[in-house]
Parts: sequence; structure tokens; C-alpha cells
Amino acid sequence: MGEFKVHRVRFFDYMPSAIRAMAFNSHTERLALVRADGALEIFNFADHYFQEKVIPGQDGRAVEALCWVGQRLFSAGLNGEITEYDLENLRPRYTVEAYGGPIWTIGSNKQGTLLMVGCEDGTVKMFEILKERIQFQRNLERQKGRIVSLSWHPSGTLIAAGMMDMIRIFNAETGHATHRMLVERGVGASKSREVVVWSVAFLSDYTIISGDSAGKVQIWDGLTGTLVRTHLVTKWDVLCLSVSQDESSLIAGTSEGTVVQFQFISSTVDQQEEEWVRTRTFKNHSHDVRALAHTETAVVSGGMDTQLVVRPLLDKVEKNTQESAMRKIALPHRSLVCCAKKAGLLLFQFPDHLEVWRVGESDGHGKPGDSLPVKRKPEKLIQLKGKGGDHIYSSALSPCGEWLAYSTVSSVRLYRLQYNNISITKVSKLPKDLCLGHQLCFSSDSTKLFASSRHSSVIVVALNQLECKYLHTLKPKSGSRQPVHLLCTSEDGKWLATANTDCEIHVYDLHKRKLHCTVPIYSSCPTAIAIHPTTSHLVVVHADQQIFEYSLVQKEYTEWSRKLQKQGLHSLWLERDTPVTHVTFSLKNPAHIILHDMFMFCIIDQSLPLPESKTLLYNQMTLRSLPEQERIRHSHAFKICKNFKHVMCVSLLEDHSLVVVERPLLDMMSQLPAPVRQKKFAT
Amino acid sequence: MVEHGDIRVVHRGGSKINFRKPVITNDSRFLLCASGESVKVFSTSTEECIHDLRGHTDLVTGVLIKPSNHLQAFSCSADGTVRLWDFTDGILIKTYVIGYPIFSIHASPHHEGVIFVVTPMQGDKRSGELFQLVAVHLPQSGDQLVEARELSAVLTGISSNPAATVFGRGGEYIASANGLQLEVYFFKKQKAYRFSLKEDNKKGGKNTFTCVACHPNDDCIATGHEDGKIRLWRNFNHKKEYTYSTLHWHHSAVSSLSFTPEGTNLLSGGIESVLVQWRYNQENQRDFLPRLGAAITHIAVSPDGALYCTSHSDNKITIIQSCVKVSAVIQGLVKGESVGTDLMIDPRSKSLVLNGKPGHLQFYSLQRDKLLYNLDIVQQEYIHESGLQQFEVVKAAFDASGNWLATVEERKQKGAELELNLKLWAFDEQTQSFVLNTTISAPHEAQITGMCFSHATDSQTTMLVSTSKDGHFKAWQLAAQSQTDADEGPSWSCDFVGAYHGLVPECCSFSADGSLLAVSFQEVVTVWSPASWELLTTLSQPPKAIRNLCFGRLSCSKYLLGTTDSNLLCCWNLLTCSLEWSTSMDVSLLLADPLSENMAAFCCQAGCTDLFVFKPSEPRPLFSQKAVCSGMVTRAVFAPREEMLESCEESSQWLNRSQLYFLTQYMDLMTFTTKTEEERLMASSKQLVIDDSVAMTPFYLLLGKHRQQQQGGDDPQSGVSAERTPLPQGSVAIKELLQTPAHVLPSTSFLCSMFVQSLLISVTDSREESKHAEEEMESEKEEEDSEEEIESSRTRPEQQAAVGGGEAAESAAPAMTKAQVRELRRVKKLDHSWLAGLLDS
Repeated sequence: MGEFKVHRVRFFDYMPSAIRAMAFNSHTERLALVRADGALEIFNFADHYFQEKVIPGQDGRAVEALCWVGQRLFSAGLNGEITEYDLENLRPRYTVEAYGGPIWTIGSNKQGTLLMVGCEDGTVKMFEILKERIQFQRNLERQKGRIVSLSWHPSGTLIAAGMMDMIRIFNAETGHATHRMLVERGVGASKSREVVVWSVAFLSDYTIISGDSAGKVQIWDGLTGTLVRTHLVTKWDVLCLSVSQDESSLIAGTSEGTVVQFQFISSTVDQQEEEWVRTRTFKNHSHDVRALAHTETAVVSGGMDTQLVVRPLLDKVEKNTQESAMRKIALPHRSLVCCAKKAGLLLFQFPDHLEVWRVGESDGHGKPGDSLPVKRKPEKLIQLKGKGGDHIYSSALSPCGEWLAYSTVSSVRLYRLQYNNISITKVSKLPKDLCLGHQLCFSSDSTKLFASSRHSSVIVVALNQLECKYLHTLKPKSGSRQPVHLLCTSEDGKWLATANTDCEIHVYDLHKRKLHCTVPIYSSCPTAIAIHPTTSHLVVVHADQQIFEYSLVQKEYTEWSRKLQKQGLHSLWLERDTPVTHVTFSLKNPAHIILHDMFMFCIIDQSLPLPESKTLLYNQMTLRSLPEQERIRHSHAFKICKNFKHVMCVSLLEDHSLVVVERPLLDMMSQLPAPVRQKKFAT
Repeated sequence: MVEHGDIRVVHRGGSKINFRKPVITNDSRFLLCASGESVKVFSTSTEECIHDLRGHTDLVTGVLIKPSNHLQAFSCSADGTVRLWDFTDGILIKTYVIGYPIFSIHASPHHEGVIFVVTPMQGDKRSGELFQLVAVHLPQSGDQLVEARELSAVLTGISSNPAATVFGRGGEYIASANGLQLEVYFFKKQKAYRFSLKEDNKKGGKNTFTCVACHPNDDCIATGHEDGKIRLWRNFNHKKEYTYSTLHWHHSAVSSLSFTPEGTNLLSGGIESVLVQWRYNQENQRDFLPRLGAAITHIAVSPDGALYCTSHSDNKITIIQSCVKVSAVIQGLVKGESVGTDLMIDPRSKSLVLNGKPGHLQFYSLQRDKLLYNLDIVQQEYIHESGLQQFEVVKAAFDASGNWLATVEERKQKGAELELNLKLWAFDEQTQSFVLNTTISAPHEAQITGMCFSHATDSQTTMLVSTSKDGHFKAWQLAAQSQTDADEGPSWSCDFVGAYHGLVPECCSFSADGSLLAVSFQEVVTVWSPASWELLTTLSQPPKAIRNLCFGRLSCSKYLLGTTDSNLLCCWNLLTCSLEWSTSMDVSLLLADPLSENMAAFCCQAGCTDLFVFKPSEPRPLFSQKAVCSGMVTRAVFAPREEMLESCEESSQWLNRSQLYFLTQYMDLMTFTTKTEEERLMASSKQLVIDDSVAMTPFYLLLGKHRQQQQGGDDPQSGVSAERTPLPQGSVAIKELLQTPAHVLPSTSFLCSMFVQSLLISVTDSREESKHAEEEMESEKEEEDSEEEIESSRTRPEQQAAVGGGEAAESAAPAMTKAQVRELRRVKKLDHSWLAGLLDS
């Protein structure tokens, strides 16, 4: 597969923040997830759990709860505001103050007409959902103590509210509390502490299920307000509950990092009478499970340890298939690293700041596998703090390393860097049209900046020493309203390719300043695109791991791509569970495509035969042990290197050395706070 | 060679009582457990064995209360029969012949007239591994012996472990686990569901099933696993939507699971020797009963849920009252991995002595089949930890009278020096047990290879000889009491150190009269005189080392026998100091019967052990049996009989005085029994059957005899009988009254009248009698008072005489006629004997 000098970069201290809340929309199969820093992420469960959209957070905006109403997404937080998100432009659409102090919970009725929030001051506030906004309707009877959790009965007549030490049932029409169910406090020292009902669920058979800070999952009769059953699940808190769509299964997340499943099953085979029985326990987290979603086939959990875990329920899916494999999503599905190929610089994007590093240098030579002595250590050149409270959405560093651009929800900023005595100057006069940039990208000669804007359009800005000037806007013909999530230019500066979450890929001719062609739409979302520097082939990798090569000149799939589709990809390749996030090309060998996902990087040699379904896919180790003549016979197009783990970026510099940015999960784990104390056997 | 059909190798005592799950009867009064070839019925309150249900001719593999009649029990055996017993009276009711070896038995009250047995799969080459569950329709027939041929297979390929198959709620389904698969068979639908687990999970847990239990009211199956997990399966009538929850407390395999009858609790046990009680549906709440002594192998619950009972790996059954209190412990012969000490017979109690619990010697009564007591030799806390080297008792020896016991304990730690202790124990009459007299630490520099006491009973001094790998043999003697430590009593010290050409001594043996000591140094046998420590002669039979050394007894005491590694059995005549005869056989063990001239030699041939019994003086063996058992026999002992057997057959005469017990490779204690002996045993149990409807309880024996004799007495209508007859049998009755366990006796009020009647001798004598009794009581009191102060030597003999037998009373009444005196003496003697008995007790 060739030999490379590798810069193994481990100084990107990226730390995702804890998962705070989750909401699953079963119609669109989208999971909305909000992190402690307020960032919202949308995962498409229908498309290999691909992270489609990200809306960056804001300083001091802690979101406590999320709620889907149809296609619309609402959130509420401790700042006392309700926010609706604009998922097309990836920004909050509007914010409404609830005037009830911090909001702990949000919920909607089944019909999608009303929104309710539970406030610190003990009120449940109802909002009417209008087409473009929400409007305050009324308060339910005010209680003493905060409302921590809410659940609406599917019929819409009753509302269960979890509070401190009790659960209240409200009549949704009159607004009066009809029942008051006291929740027992914990034993021992926690007897004096109030018990918090962290989560309630109101089932259609008028059963209320509550999870509380004393570690209990309790089952109540909502009509009479009596306790039916108590399951002591943990010594610590039960933080969240989620009920499956058919109300036959319930999951509870605890502070111990476990998810406990309860099932509604009959105690004897032929009887109809069913009861909730504790069944399985999943332990996939080291810390608190703060958010849960029960999909049709899987348990989705997230918490303090920042990982999103999708654990399929084996009784709902076929065994030993790709569907039944557990997934852990630890790193974002988009690139947070930008590499200036010519200058050997790396730009790291953090939520609130950017860092520019120069990679180290070494003049040593060694055998493959050796680590070379470092002549010049990597150094951090610039740390740029984001302005305002808004977090950074996207950033780019020009290939020459002289320009740096980043965008937030509200603005785009452009900086000019000088390295002889390091200085950074903000380009003050930016064209007015350049106000939104979901994706930023510089042309290879660093003379142009491309910024994707609303409705998949791209704004082109010319850069020179003195000023930056708006040139024009490129617009697709499809009229898609989805944002662009991938942007790339060709080496020769002729082509610009964009991909949006509608799975459309548009290619623009920059010389003619118009749309050149649209790649046939494939069902899965593209996760990485790149244009070959010499042949002008567009290489697209999709979330379902398919690879396409599209000739921009002929406006058709290339011969190699057709062959690949005809023969099919190797099953092991398709079984990988992290998407390819970056594609690049080798300047030395035009037949090589370099791509990577989280656990490997791969060089596809188009000159070699494709692997058959029976051949060994990961064959680099066996090839190494074979003599020279044998190797050629056994080698195939996919040359996979698994030496690196948790890869965030693989890029080829101009001097033909490879930069591999790793972020080991263990390092991330070590930065987490200590988990709750648990007795472990034999310790 | 003569083959003898009438001598059989049998399990007779000391057999495993933890082999299968015990059963508690419905009234919680009795505990039934399989023990060797019989089923034992124990009382749950007194731990006493009440009945021994004999009849099976092979290992009993399962016991079960008959679901339709809770006063009867089934037992199954590897001999291919299922027997139905009336366990309260110990009567065999029926024998069902199945025809195949049976490994376990199951039944459910919802399957009338059907029992389920586990047999090996037929027509399969690997039938040793695969088993099937077979439903047996019990034919309705009045005969004692019934052939049950109506078999139908229910499940195939199941485990032979009885804990792995169990009936579910209402007998609707049966759950069976084998390896990694759980199979649930529904009888109504005739459909089986199979659920399998992965071999081991990522965390290294082994998922193999070990045991199964079904909830009595809910459809919930609890399974135990190799890694200590318990899974509760539900919804198992679906192929895919089954579900289970996992409980984990045990750190290694769960060996037994049981639900309580109401299903409120789940009991589990394993190697931790902790009984864990889980609340059903609230599994976070659990109760523990720790420190049960040894790993739990089975758990049984009484049908009313009041008693739990756990079997343990050290052959013990513990009865627990409502999971809080151990109320009784039934201890069988403790069998470890191996026996370090030889099998020995305690000359006093005639009990079998061998290693028991770690660091202990156990005294096991073979006649009563009961553990008498454990003697703590090491006197150190035993720490349960794998790989930890601890002190172990490796040698023990009794002297001829049973006054002294010598033990050797050693500990060999890796990289450390061998630690050896020789301890000598004196028998203490007062406490009736052995008391440590002398501890000699490091008696030798290397391992002790042999140890024996001098046999001479008449000699004043007792001598112990020990041989060691350090090349020396040492003689130890009880030192004369020195002035300095008079209060401490005599202690043992080394008397003589002997060696021979620097060779390593292996065996040592004293001649019967104690005048000669033979010590073998590899291939040389040296004969010493213990009186002068003179080397008398050497005997040698090269080329191989001596393995066993044994002097002949009684008339053959001039012979010394030895076996060598080169498969030679030699017999030297000590008078001529020459080899009398030798024969080529691979003797693994040679031992002499202490009560006769007979010697037994166990020879190992082709994986089997043969036994030869011979007299050293005779060329022809008295008895030989091929293939006594598989594997090598290295431990055996002649146990003297309580009463001599009168067998006239030549081949079984050697068993008249003593019985030969031996331990097989698998630590089974076996013995030889003759046909006559067996017949006698059977007769005693048959007798019960012949007796009519009345149950053969000790109380019945008591009253029955009483009634019979009374009838016998009344028939002649003699006038004397009134005063004479009640007395002799009265004392017998009382004796039995006192010896019978209290729980089988009728109420005291019922017995009282009889007891009082026995006191009434006659109108005339009674006054005198009672007076005397008072007198005696007084004197007894006096004695108690004056026990400490020994001052009046004059009165003391008088008192003793009074207690002893009433001679004093005889001299006090000289005026009576001779006949009167005789009568009185007899009356008093009798009366005193029971009264003394009462006072003692």
C-alpha cells in the first residue's frame, strides 16, 4: 500500500460534551439529541445512524428537554426559554420566554396542538402551537415545588407531573390537580432529602410509571392514584424513562450507567393478565444515563460519558445481522480538523475556540513501523477564541495557511494570518451576503472562499491582500431547502461540489459560474466527497458505505464505479459502523484514493482487482508475511490500515507525508468526572 | 484360584449422602436421601437415621415423594428399577423394573400414574454422554414386582444432572438445560422451545447452565450458570420474544436453585457455602445465611416451606429453619480429595479414623454409620483460598490399647522449608477424647515416610518409631516423669536414632509381641531389637525397593512379609532368617488382620484391583476375587466385628472376626459382605413387613414386647407373676425408653402409667425399697459434697459399695432367710440398675 511518513497527531484535545436530552421522532426516524453545551444534533436512524445536522450551542444555554411536534423541534432549558429550531437553516428559529423560572421539562399532546412546560415555580404552562410560533394559552393550577417531569395521557385529558416528593395528576381541561401521589423517600441518610421524580410516563391504560432519585421505578394506577408496584433498581437515581410505542416495554436509565428494561408480560403462559416485570439490564455507560429513547427495535441511551449508544433489542431484530450489532457513536460524523496541505498546518475546531498547529518535523529514516525522532516539535501557533456566546459551526484554513475563516449561527468571520512573526488580523469588511456559512471552504490557490448558505446555495467571495469581494451566489436548480453539509473544490479550481442532507450532490463550474451537473441521487446521505485533482472524477462515499466515482466531464459514473457496483462491496466493508468522513487523493499515484473512518484508513488502488466476497478484506498483515511475487497475486484494491484508532482526520501533505489525527477514547474518558461510587466485587 | 459367588463388594456405611437432592416429607418430620445403595430416612429434628431402605442393588440415583400419596416415596437406581417405599415404616411396597440404568427421577402431581426417568440414550455409541427423559406409565398391578415397559421418550439429549431438569407450573411444561441450551417442552401443545446462549460473553463469564428451577405459580424459569449468574426466563412460549433478567451475586458456579413452595423466594447456593434467598420480583432484596461450612451442592425445601435443607460437598446435610437458623446437621463420612493418613481403627471406639475436614481427623462409627466426632489436629484456622498451602495431617497411628495417638502434620510451601509437626495425643478418660500431650516440631529433617507404635500391650512403655526421608528412623518414648516438671506429666522424647548405610527408610513394622522392629531401607529390610537397639539381621531381595512391610500375626508371627516395587511378594522366616517363599504379583497394599493370621493383598492389574487373602504359612490363598473395583486401592483396613460371624464356609471364614473396608480411587468406602450376613440384614428388615399393620417403631417394639410377655405371663395364671414379671421387662422397657429418640416416643403422659407400674414391685417390698432408694440418694449427695475433700477413708468404700450394687444393703439385713435375701438382692440389683441409669442420664 505504499510507505508514508506519518504525523501521528494526538494533541487535539477535543472533548464532546455530555448528552443532556433526547427525543426520537418515529415518523421521520430522526433522533434529536442535545448536549450540555446546548449543541443540537440530528441523527437519521433510517440511514445508518448518520449525524445529519448539527446546530452549535451557545454559552450559558442549558437545554433540559426536547420535544418533537410533527417535524418541528422544541427545546426548553434552565434559562426559562422555549426555543424552536430551524432545521433547514440550522439555527434557533425563535425563543419564547415562559416567565416561570427555569424550565425542567417540555411535552406535547398527541395531537400536536399544545405544548406544556414544567417550571421551577410550580406551574405547568400550556402553549398553543401555531404555524409559525407558539402562543401562551394558560397555566394549570400552581403547585408548591418545581415541576420536574411531565407526561400527557394519550387521550389528552390527564397530565401527570413529577415533582419533589410527589406526583400530581392534572385534569388537562379544568387545570386542577385531581390526585396527589406521595413518593417514598430513600432509606438511611437520604431519608431527610427530598426525592425528585425525575421522569414520569403516562400510559394509555392509565398506568403511570415514575422514576425517582431514590432509585425506584414505581408503577401507579393513574385513575385511583394508588401505588401498584415498586421496583428498586439502583442505589442512586433513576434519571430517565422511555416507553416503547406499543407500551409493552419500558426502559429506565440510572446514575450507575445502566439501562434497565421492564416488560409488560403475562406471568403465566395462557393468562391475559399482564404485569410489568423487570427483565434485562444493559450496562453500556460508565456514567449517568441522562437521556433515553425507546425505538421500535433498539434502546438508545446517552449520558455523561458523551457517547450515544444504540443497543438493538435482540427479540425485535434478526440475530447476527448488521442490525443486531450494538453501535457506539463517540465522535462526530463530520470533520473538525482542517489541514493546510501546502503549509503543513492543522486547524482544530473546538466549540468555542480554534487552534492552529504546525506539525512536527523529522529528518530521520527508519523501517516501516518505527517511530522517528522528532526534530521540531509540533507547536500551537494560534488559539482564537470565538466572539460572542455563539459556538463555532464550521471553520476552514486556506491551503496556503494565510486565511482562516469560521462561522457561527449568526456570522462568518475571516482572518488573515502571518507566520514570520505570528499575527492575526481580522478582515473587517466582509460582504453583506456572507452572513451564514454552514460550510466553509477555500479554493486550492487560496483566492476564493466558498460559504454554503440557505437553501443549498453557495456564496463565492474573492480574496486578495486588500479586500474581499462578493462575486456571486451559486444556486441549485432542485430548490432543496436542506442545508449543505459537505463542500469541496477541485485542485485546478474549476469545480465546486456540494452535498446536502437531501442526498443531492451538485457540481458547479466555477469558470462558467453556473451549475454544471447534479449527480444522480442515491438513497443514502453522502458522508464525504472529493474531486480528483487530475482526472476530475468526483468520489462520493455514502452513509451506507457505498462508494461512487462520477466523471464530471462525461457526467456519468466511471467504469470503475460501475464495476464496483456490479460486483458489490465486500461484506466486511459494509459492516463497518462508522462513516467515512474524509476522502483525499495521492499526488504521486493518481490511482489511489485515501479515505478513513473512525477505526481505520484505507487506500483504494483502482488499478488492482476488487476483492471477491470470499477474499480476506483486512489482508495487510498476511500480505506482509508473503514473499514479493505472492503479494501481487493476493493483493486487492482495498488496502486497509488499522494501526490507528479513533481517527478524526487523515490527510496527505504536499511532501507526501500523512497526517493522522487521533483522539483516543481513553483520553476522553479520563477527562470525565468521577462516576458514582459502585461496589465492585473483589475490590 | 477360587471364585466365590457369595461374597460381594458393597457400599456399607460412609457412603455419600450428598449425592442427590434430599427430600423433606410433607409433615417436615423426615428427610429422605439417597445414600449408596439405600435410601436413608432421617429425622429432621434429631438428625437420627430412622430407616435404611435397602433393596436396590446399585447406586440409588434419586428419591421422590409420590405426588399422589405423600406417605410413599419413589427411589430410582442405576440397577434399572424404581421402587416404591412406605418410608415411615420402612417397607418396600413395589418394585418397577424399567430395565435401563436410571440417572434421575421426576414426577408431577398433574401427571397421574406417570413418572419421568432419565436414562442413557439407546442405540447411540456415545450413550455415555447423551441421556433422554422417558415417561414411564406405572402399571396398576397388585404384585410386588412389576415390569414397567410402557415407555415413551419426552426429551432427548438432556443432561444427566437431576438439577438440570424440572417441572414447571402445574406440570404444564418441563424445562431442561444442557450445556448452553435451555429446552422447554409444553405437554399440552407437545411443542418444545429451545433457547441457547453464547459460550462465553465478552467479560469472560461462562454461560453454561448448571441448574434449573421453575416458579410454582408463575411462568418463570430460573437457571443457574457457570459464572455465578442466575437468569430468570419469562415469555418462553415464544421463539423470539422470550426475555430474561440476570441476577448476579455468586462468584462462581451456582450449583443449586430452588423456589419456595409459594414462590415468594428463590434460594441459591454454590461454592461460597452461603445460602442466598432472593425475593421473587424484588431481587435487590436478598438474605444470606453464610458460613455453612462447605460448598452447597443441593437445596431442598419442605412442602410447607418451613424447612430448607442444603447438602454440602463435605457429605453433610444441613437443616435450616426459615432461612435463619441451622437447626440440625446430618454429617456423613467426610471425604476429601485423598486420604493422607491410612484408614485406621480406633481400638477404643472401634471407629474408623481418617482425614476429615481440613486439619482434622474424623472418627466414624461404621456400625452406626455415623460420624462420632472430629479431632482438630492442626488447631489452626483453615483459610478457604485456592492455591494456599496449609497444614495437613499426613500420618496418624494408634497404639494397641488406644491410649495414644500420634499424628504428623506438614506444610510445604513453595520456596519455603518443609514444616513438620509430630503430635502425640493421650486419651483422656474424663472427656472421652484425645488431649494433646506432646508436640515435637521438626521431628525429622524431611518428610516422614512411615510411623508405627509398638504393639506389645503388656509392656510398660509405649514406643513410637518414625522413618523419614532424611535417612534416619527415630524411636520415641514416653519419658519417665522428671522431678522438675512433675505437674506437667510425662511427655515424649526421642529415645534412639537409627540409620543404615545412609539409605532412606521407607516402612517400619513392629512384630506382634513388640520384640522386633523391621525397617526397610530401599531393598534391604533391617530387623532391630527395640530393647537394645541392636541390628539383628538384614534381609534383602533385590533389585527393587520394598513397598510394604508386615509381620505375621498369632501363629504366623515368625513370618515377615514384604512387597517390592518389582512385583514381588516375599515372605521371610525370621527364625531361619531366610526367604520362605516369594511370588510374583504387583501388590499395591498389604495388610494384616489384627485378629487372625490372615493377610490381605490388593494387587493392581490392568486398571483393576484384585484381592487375595492368605495365611503366610499356607501356600493356597483363602480367598481371591478378581476385579474388586477399578483403579488402584491404596487404603484399606480390617475392622473388627462387634460380634463374631459364624460362617462355616471356608471361603468366607476370613470375614468372621473382622471386616475388610477399602477406599476406591473415587473415594468410595467399600466392604465385603457374605451372603449370610446379607440375609441376616434382609431378615431384620423383612420382619417388619411380615408384622401386620402396626408400624415398626421403637415404641411398637417396646409396647409390643410388653404386651406379648404380659400375655405370656397371664396365661399360666400363676399367682407369683404379678410381682415378678413386670420387673425384668420393666427395666428393659425403661432401657429402651431411654435409648429411643424422644421424637418417636408417644407422649410422656401415656408412658407415665407404665413407668409407674414398673416401680411398683410388690406391697411388702416397696416400702423397704423406697427407703433404700432414699438412703442411696442421700449417700450420693454426700459423695458429691465430699468429692473435693478426701478425708474420711473409712466411709468412702462403704459409699462406693452402696452405689456399686447394693452389697452393703445385703450385709445390713442378716436376719432374713436365704430365699428372702436372694429375692431381695435380685430385686434391688435390678432396681438400682435402672435408677442408676436414670441418674446418669
